[in-house]
Parts: sequence; C-alpha cells; structure tokens
Amino acid sequence: MALPLSGQIVNLLAALLLLLAFAMLAQRRVLTLIKLFAWQGAALAVSTAIVAYATGQTHLYFSAGLTVALKVVLIPWLLHRLIDQLQVRWDIETLLNIPTTMLAGIGLAIFAFSLATPISQMASTITRSTLGIALASVLLSFLMMIVRRKAVPQVIGFLSMENGLFFAATSATYGMPLVVELGVALDVLVGTFIFGIFFFHIREQFDSLDIRHMEKLKED
Amino acid sequence: MEPLSSPLFASLLAAVSWLVIAALALVPAGNAFFARRLAFPLGALIGLSLASFGLQSIWLHAEQLTLPLGLPDLPFHLRIDPLAGFFLLLLGSVSAGISVYAGGYFRTETAGRLALISLQYHMFLASMAFVILADDAYLFMVAWETMALSSYFLVTTDHERPAIRSAGFLYLLVAHLGAIAILLCFGVMHGGGDYSFDALRGAELTPFWATVAFLLAFFGFGAKAGMIPLHAWLPEAHPAAPSPVSALMSGIMLKTAIYGMVRVIYDLIGGVRWEWGIVVLAIGAGTTLFGVLYALMQHDLKRLLAYHSVENIGIILLGLGMSMVFLGFGHPLAGALGLVAALYHTLNHAVFKALLFLGAGSILHATGLRNLNDMGGLIRTMPKTALYFLIGALAISALPPLNGFVSEWLTFQTALQAPLLEHGVVRSLLPLFAATLALAGALTAMCFVKVYGIAFLGRPREVRHPAHARAEGGGHDAGSMEQYGMAWLAAGCLVLGLFPTSFLLMLNRVGVSLTGQGLSPEALESSWLWLVPTAPERASYSPIIFLLVVLAVVLITIRLVRGFYHGRVRVADPWDCGFPEQTTRMQDTADAFGQPIRHVFGPLYLMKRHLPGPEEANPRYSIKIEDRHWYWLYLPVARLADYASSKVGLLQRGRISIYLLYSFLTLIALLIFVR
Repeated sequence: MALPLSGQIVNLLAALLLLLAFAMLAQRRVLTLIKLFAWQGAALAVSTAIVAYATGQTHLYFSAGLTVALKVVLIPWLLHRLIDQLQVRWDIETLLNIPTTMLAGIGLAIFAFSLATPISQMASTITRSTLGIALASVLLSFLMMIVRRKAVPQVIGFLSMENGLFFAATSATYGMPLVVELGVALDVLVGTFIFGIFFFHIREQFDSLDIRHMEKLKED
Repeated sequence: MEPLSSPLFASLLAAVSWLVIAALALVPAGNAFFARRLAFPLGALIGLSLASFGLQSIWLHAEQLTLPLGLPDLPFHLRIDPLAGFFLLLLGSVSAGISVYAGGYFRTETAGRLALISLQYHMFLASMAFVILADDAYLFMVAWETMALSSYFLVTTDHERPAIRSAGFLYLLVAHLGAIAILLCFGVMHGGGDYSFDALRGAELTPFWATVAFLLAFFGFGAKAGMIPLHAWLPEAHPAAPSPVSALMSGIMLKTAIYGMVRVIYDLIGGVRWEWGIVVLAIGAGTTLFGVLYALMQHDLKRLLAYHSVENIGIILLGLGMSMVFLGFGHPLAGALGLVAALYHTLNHAVFKALLFLGAGSILHATGLRNLNDMGGLIRTMPKTALYFLIGALAISALPPLNGFVSEWLTFQTALQAPLLEHGVVRSLLPLFAATLALAGALTAMCFVKVYGIAFLGRPREVRHPAHARAEGGGHDAGSMEQYGMAWLAAGCLVLGLFPTSFLLMLNRVGVSLTGQGLSPEALESSWLWLVPTAPERASYSPIIFLLVVLAVVLITIRLVRGFYHGRVRVADPWDCGFPEQTTRMQDTADAFGQPIRHVFGPLYLMKRHLPGPEEANPRYSIKIEDRHWYWLYLPVARLADYASSKVGLLQRGRISIYLLYSFLTLIALLIFVR
C-alpha cells in the first residue's frame, strides 16, 4: 500500500532529522553545530505542520509555530550571542575518534529501530514508521552529550535531544497536549538561559569551558 | 451526631487551635508579645479541653471523620475511640501542666528564640494529637514525622553547642530508622484497598507476615519509645533539650510510641500470639534493668531522669508483654488486666516524669547546676520545688499511696496470674520477669534517695562553683507559673494514686474496645475505696486507708515523742570523728552513693575512672560510665555505613561524561529489559 504524499514527505523529513543528528555527532565547529541545530528545528517544524495538515489536528499548528519561534529563531540566536560573548565562536573541538563515534551511533540507530518496530505496529498514526527515527535521534543526541568535552556543544546535544523527544511524541500520538508542549517549550527556553549563566560562572572559575576541569570539584 | 457535641470534632478543633497558636507565635515579630504572655497559657487551656474531650470519648462509641484534605484520592481519616480518647486525655492533661510551666520558664528568652520555641512547641503538641487521631497510615506517618521534626528542632534549641547538635543528629537518625520500620509495617499489613486503618484491620495476614508486621511495629515504635538496644538517643537528647521540652518528650512523646504499639499490634494486626509476648517481655525486662542500673550511675540530673524513662518504658513493655502472653494463650481476663496495667503505668509515668523533669528545670534555672555532685541543700532556697520533686520522686519509686505504686502493683498482679498458663516454660518465666520488676523498683527507690538526698538535703558541695554563690546567698525558688505547672502534675500523682478504681474502670473500656474482653466482674464492682484487680479474695488495695494509717502512725509518733521527750532536748556539737576541720566537700556525692551498685554490677558497666594519687595537692575523683551498646552495636553499624558509602563513592568520578554515561547505560538496559 503506497503512503499518501503527506506521509512520504514526513518520512523524508524524518530521514533528514536523523541525518542532521549524525552530522551533529561528527561536527567539530561550534558555529556549524548551532546551524545544524537550527536546521533540525526547521525540519521538525515542517514535519509537524504537515502532520497537522494531514490529520486536521489544529493544535499541532501551534506546536509547529512554537518550534519555529523557539528552536529555529530564538534559541540559535541566544546561542550565537552566547558564543560571541564567550569568544568561542571559532572554537574547534578535538573529538576522540569520529569513525568510532559514528559506528557507535549506527549501532544505536539499529537498536532504536529494533526497539520501535513492535511499538509502531501498535500505533495507528500516519507517522508511526518514524518512531524509530525519533528514538534514534534521542539516543544519538545523548551520545553526543557523552563524547563532547566542551560545555556549549553539550548543551546543544541536550537541546537536540529535546527535538528528538518532540518528534517521538508527534509520531507516536500526534503530539502531547498543548499545555504540556507549552510547558516543555518554556522549560527549554529557561534551561538555555540558565546554561548561559552557568557558562559564565564556569569560565570565571576555571578560565575555560572545558568541563574536564570540573573533575577538581570531586571530594576525595 | 451533632458536629459540635462530638468529641472527635472538638478534639480536631483543639489540635487545630494549637496549630493556630504555633503560627501566631511569629507575630508581632518585634517583641513576640503573644508568645511571651499568651501562647503557653492558651496552649494549656487547649490541653485541658482536649483532655476533657478525650475523657468523654472513652465512654462513647468510636467515631470517624474524613477530612477534605490530603492528596487527591487520599483524604485524611480521623477516628476517636476509647484508646485514642485515653491517650488524648494523657496528652491534654499532662501538656497543660507543662505548658503553664513553660510559660514561666521561657519568659526570659529573647524574642526571636521565644517565637521559634513557641512555634515548634505547639506544632509538636498538635502533631501528637494528630498521631492519636489518625485513622489512616498516610495521616499517621505525616503526623509522626512532623512530631519527630518539631521535637528535633526543640532539642537543638541551643544549637550553638556542638554536643547538642550531635545529640539532635542521633535523635533524628534513630527517629528515622523507626519511621522506616513503621512504614514497612504498614506496607506489610496492606492487603489491597487503601491505607485507611479500616482496610488494614480487615486485611488477612498469614502467621508469618503477621509476625513480620509485629516485629516491624515493635522495633519501629520501640525506637521512639527508647527500649534497648535503640535507646541511645534518649540519654543524649533529653538533657540537650530545654527542660519543659524534655518533660514533653519523656512524658508524652514516648507515650505516643506506646500508643502506636498498642494500636498496631492489638488493633490493626490483631490475633495476638504468645510468642510475640515473650519477645516483648524479654526486651522489656532488659530495658527495665538496663535503665535503672545506668540511671544509678549518672550524676547529671537530666541524664539520670532520661535513663529512668528507659526503665519505665521497660515496665510498660513488661505489662504489655504479659498481656500478650495471656491473650495468646486464650486468657482474656488476665490479658485485659496486663493491658490495663501497662496503660495505667503509661499515664502515671507521663505525670510523674514530666513533674521530675520540670523540677530539674527549675533547679537548672535557679542555680545553673545539672551535676548532682555540685548540688546540695537546695531545700532551703527552693522549698516549693523540693516538695513537688519529693512527690514525683516518691511516685516514681512506686511507694504507696502515690500513683507509681498502683500500676506496678497491677503489673505484679498480672504476673501472679501465671498459674493460669498451660505452657510450663512460660509459666515459670513470668515470675522471673516480675522479679526483674521488683528489683528495678527497689533500685529506683535507691536512685531517688540518692537524687533527693544529694540535691536537696545536706550542704552545697562545691563552694567554688560560681553558680553556688547565687544559690547559697540570694537563691530563689521557681517562679509562680513554674510552680503552678508542677503543682498540677503533683496533684495528678496524688489523684491517680488515691482514686485508682475510677481510672481502672476507664481503662477497662479501652481494654474492652481492643480485646473485646474487660476485667472480671468482681474487679468492675470494686468500690471507690478498694481496688480489686481480679477478685477480692485474691488481692485488693486501698490507697486512702493506707494514707490514713500512715498519717495516723506519723501523728501518733510525733505526739508520743513530744509527750515523752519534751523539754529534754540537749543542744551540743555532733561528734566530728576526731577531725574538726570539716568541709562540705566531705559529704557523700552522687557517685559515691552509687558505688555499692557499681561494685555489684561492675561487669555491666564500662567505666573510665580517674582515682587521685596520694600525693596530689588538689585531689579530684572523676568517673565516666559508658554505654556498652555503643561498642557492640552503634559504632560497628556506623563503620559499616561508612565503608559502604566509601565504596559507593567510587562511582563518583567527578566527570560529567561519566555521569551521563551512567544514565545512558541505564536507559539502554531498561529499554532492552522492557522489550
């Protein structure tokens, strides 16, 4: 049975989302990471809007608008300002080993798909096949947080994990109730502010945003 | 029932009024006028009304009420029945005396401290009322923990001193261990449905799980009551707290633990087994002996009283244990008698121990002394306090016609029912426990001869003690509010001792409501003059006749002495043993008084002594008695916890990536697990 056009577009966007997640995992430059994050938000917003159009769930339009406002415009702008003020715009991070990380990521993606298959068979949404992708992008963002050494990329990993979660919610149940989504969006925004403040404090304390220095805080 | 005439509603109102007073203590912030002048007398008034509601409800049927408070789908349930009514009576009447006393005692505090004390004090009282009124595990635990926390803050009123902080920590630690056990006990009893006591009562437990629930309840509540081996917090926390708070904790809070024990074991678990009774008896006997033996060795007055609280909890447990043995073997009459004896002693101990702590507080206030070895001759400067303290001391020493005697006598009468039992070993064990009680009673009397003789009689022992100049010269007696408080409790000692029959009938109602069986008909028909526990031909006791006989003998003796020796009195110096230069330091001290016991029971104590050498110019003798439980139980457990946490500490690497990895791996593992 061939999928309707909207379903196909959603699948395409989902694939794009996963691709962006992999790209972020492999990206060294902070500036490019922010751009990729904004693109991921855009893909998310478009796919949410298409789902809203295809299913007639009007509240999803609000979600899409919210995503555009927050994740494509406001948060990337905030992050840009932040890296300007912290003077880390041109920072390049030395990653451990990109091929190994990518391999681990592929393993995670396969795991996510095998996990999602039985669940998506139970779901009745047109987006059910994208659940695996959503789960994979959550796990990939998590992996990104683990392997990064600098604070800003870690936070971007955290924010992109939220993107994955949002996508998972849309694909499994047509999104959470609007109240919950509003709350989550506000949390993400506030979280970004708080992280920004923390960055300054961390740098003031350690003269660097490299979180390895925080090991000194451990009590022996 | 009409809401306003119902004792349950009225008690709820009283408890809430305590909360209101607690809140009002904070305003006006500047001089804490309300807390200084009004809060404590009002609190005492509420206590009195609560006592009357409790008394009323003993004679009525149980009542229930569901409050629209609590969590969604988990409302608070309240219930009042004879058992709860009896404990409300205890809480209200004893706290009334303590509150009046506290109104005088705390008056000189600074505004900030006073406001906080009043807040926590009334919060503490209200939480105890809610513990007694609670009819579901949820409200019970909330009130129980509020009680623990508010009393913790009261104990650490003088938190500037490290010793008091560590005493408070120990108290909080044991309180939480007990609370965990109680929570687990409710969990074990939970058999579907909600956590209201009705549901817990209805749950069918297998004998194994019933025993598990019993053990959890016994040790959980026992930790709060101060039975061995969980007593260690008690001799630390009671001396650390201000005296009215010690009186509240020792007099009332320990009794809420007894309430919890009776409520859970008799009412909620039900089907009491005699094996449980043996456990209670063994621990009770150990607690009794340990408490009194260590009390004899103390020279800090409040610490001594704290050890006596341990001892009296042991006596209550002995009564409860015997009751459980008899009930388990199917002798409800004797079982009810044991329960009545235990509850009677609960009330008596609340009254006289609160009185004694208040007396100790007045001494501390007037002289700044806590060490008995420094005291002496206080009867001259504090005659009123000396009188009240004497009444308390006679009561705790179980001397007729005061109240301590009645309940201990009833406990003995229960033990004398032992021939009813079919089980030979148990039958021969009961007299042994009764003998423990007799020994403890004698040792208690000795201990209070020591306290009273050393503190109030003789001459001040330490002339160099700075506080003594004050005590000897312009020493003052307790203030009027303090005296009223003590007089109220002393009157309680007399009433409970002189009119035991009415209290016996009251407690019989409690016994009937719990076990379905009361005392024997002969006992219930006993007149106000003669107390009959089982049958008149077996034993009976009349405190009033006893008092009259004692008074008559004393008066006749005085008359005779006056008549025969009048005018033949010769005034002369006493024989000075050939050593004319006597100082007050040559008097017997508290440590010296305890020496024979220390000698006989030497192996039980862990002594650190300093004996002065013959050439020392300024000889000083000092002794420190340590509790062996610290070395075999508490310190090993503490070391174990330390070791375990150092191993857990290895997980902490201080790197965010590692922490993230932990949660990542946990997530993956859980995802694999749920597939």
